[in-house]
Amino acid sequence: MFRNQYDTDVTVWSPEGRLLQVEYAMESVKQGSACIGLRSSTHAVLGALKRSVSELSSHQKKLLEIDDHIGVGIAGLTADARTIAKWMRNECLNHKYVYGAPIVSGRLVTDLADRHQRTTQTYVRRPYGVGLLVASCDENGPHLYQTCPSGNVYEYYATAIGSRSQSGRTYLEKIYEGLAEMGRDELIMNAVRALAGCVSGDGELTTENGSVSIVGKGENFTIIEGMELKPYLDRLELEGGNNAAEEEEVTEEEESSGDDDVEAMET
Amino acid sequence: MSLSLTSGGTSARQPSSISALSAATERTRRPMVTGTSVLGIRYADGVMIAADTLCSYGSMAKYKDARRLVSVNAKTLVGGGGEYSDFQAVTELLKRNALEDRCTADSLYAEEEGEEGCAREVWNYLRVVMYNRRNKMNPLWNDLVVAGFSSGGDPFLGYVDKIGTTYEDTFIATGFGSYLALPLMREKYRPDLEEGEARALLEDCMRVLFYRDCRALNKIQIAKVTKEDGVLISDPYEIETDWSSAGFMTPKGELDGDGGW
Repeated sequence: MFRNQYDTDVTVWSPEGRLLQVEYAMESVKQGSACIGLRSSTHAVLGALKRSVSELSSHQKKLLEIDDHIGVGIAGLTADARTIAKWMRNECLNHKYVYGAPIVSGRLVTDLADRHQRTTQTYVRRPYGVGLLVASCDENGPHLYQTCPSGNVYEYYATAIGSRSQSGRTYLEKIYEGLAEMGRDELIMNAVRALAGCVSGDGELTTENGSVSIVGKGENFTIIEGMELKPYLDRLELEGGNNAAEEEEVTEEEESSGDDDVEAMET
Repeated sequence: MSLSLTSGGTSARQPSSISALSAATERTRRPMVTGTSVLGIRYADGVMIAADTLCSYGSMAKYKDARRLVSVNAKTLVGGGGEYSDFQAVTELLKRNALEDRCTADSLYAEEEGEEGCAREVWNYLRVVMYNRRNKMNPLWNDLVVAGFSSGGDPFLGYVDKIGTTYEDTFIATGFGSYLALPLMREKYRPDLEEGEARALLEDCMRVLFYRDCRALNKIQIAKVTKEDGVLISDPYEIETDWSSAGFMTPKGELDGDGGW
C-alpha cells in the first residue's frame, strides 16, 4: 500500500480516481476493535469488544449514548468519535428544543454524512478516522446505520466493523433472514455470538471486554456491560461457543470462535 | 435547521455609529397590510379553521381575495392574522422546510416514504422562530394558528403569536375573534361535532365578526385536516348577513341613552 505520490493531501486525486487519504482513514476504522450491530422489527442491538491498553488500564468505552432513542458504537480513533458524539448529542438537544420531538435518526445520520464529506473536500482538515454504527428507534421502528470516513452512510439490517469483523459479518449473514421476528433476548444473544467470533486468538469475551446496547420501541437506549452481561455470556458458554469456528476469515491472525475454543488455546 | 427568518434585526455588519439609525428602519414597528381574525376548532374527524379573505391597508379594504389559510405539509395548515408579508415569509419558510424533509427522507422502511409532517412540530418550530425575533425587538407581526395532525396520529390545534406565546386548545381564535368568537365557541363546542356542525359554528362566528369587526369581510375560507383526506382548503365564498335587526336599523338618536349598551 505504498502510493506515495498522490496521498499527501486529501484534496489530491490519484490517477485511478481515488482519494487516498480518505481510504487511509478507512484503514484506521479497520484497525479499531470489532463493533457489530443488528436489528429486528422492534429492537436494534449493538455489540462492541472493548480494548484495554494494558492489564492495569480500563477498557475503552465503545458504545455511546446520544439520546434516549439513539446510540452509537465506534471503531477507530476514539478521540474523533468523541467529537462526533458530542456534535450528535448537541443536534439531538437542539432539535428537541426547536421541534418538541426527538430527532428522526435518518436525518441526523444524513447530516453527519455531510459533515464527513466536508472534511474530504478541504485543504485544511482531515477525514474523521472513525466508523460509527448508529442504532436508533423512531416512530417507524428501529434503524441501524453505518458511517465511514468517506461520508457514505448505509442503512443495514445487520453489519460489523473493525478488526476481525469479517467473522461477525459472516455469522450475521447466516442468521439475518430470521432477524425481523427475533425477540429481544435472542437478538442480544446473536450479538454476543457474533462478537465472540471477533475476539482475537488468545482472548475471550468477558464481562470486562464485552459490551452490548439495546434500543427499541418503548425501550430507551441502554448499555449492558459488566455483571449485567454475565447471563448472556453464561448462555454462550453453555452453547459451547458459536458457529464462527467453521468460517474462513481474511485476517492473518488465527480466528477465535468461542469460549471453549479459547480455553484450548490458552497454552 | 433553517431559522433564516430569525436573522432579522441584527445589524452586526454595520459600524456602530450608523447601526442605531439604520437599525431603526430595519425593525418592524407597525404592520402595514393586515389580516384580521383566524378561528380554529377541533371536531370529530379532525381540525377545521376559518379566516376571511381580506387584507386591510389601514382602514382601507385593499385586497379582498387574499389567502390567509395555507397548507404547509401533508398534515398541517397554518392560518395567520397580522402583517401579511410576514405571514407570507413564514409560510414560505415552512413550505421550504417541508420540501427539504420530503427530499432527504430515505429509509429501509418502505412505508416511511410519503409519511411527512407533524403539526405539533410545526407549532414548536414557529414558537422558536417568533420568540427569537421578539428578542431582537423585530417581531414577525402575526398571530398564527397551526392546525393538523401530529405524528402520533392525534389532531392538533395550536396558537403562536408575535412575541412567541404558544398554547394549544380544542378551539382557538385570534385578534377580534378572541373577544367576539370565543364566547360563542365556548357555548356551542362539543368534542364530537360533526363536520357540518363545526362548519356552521365557524360560519356563525365569522358572521358576527363581519358585523362587529371593522376590518373584517363577509367572504371567507374554511379549511380542514382529516385523517382520510389530509388537508383541504375551500375556495372563498360569501356568507349571508342580515342587517335588519333592530340594533342595526334603529337610528341611535331615537334610542334611550346614547346607543351604547
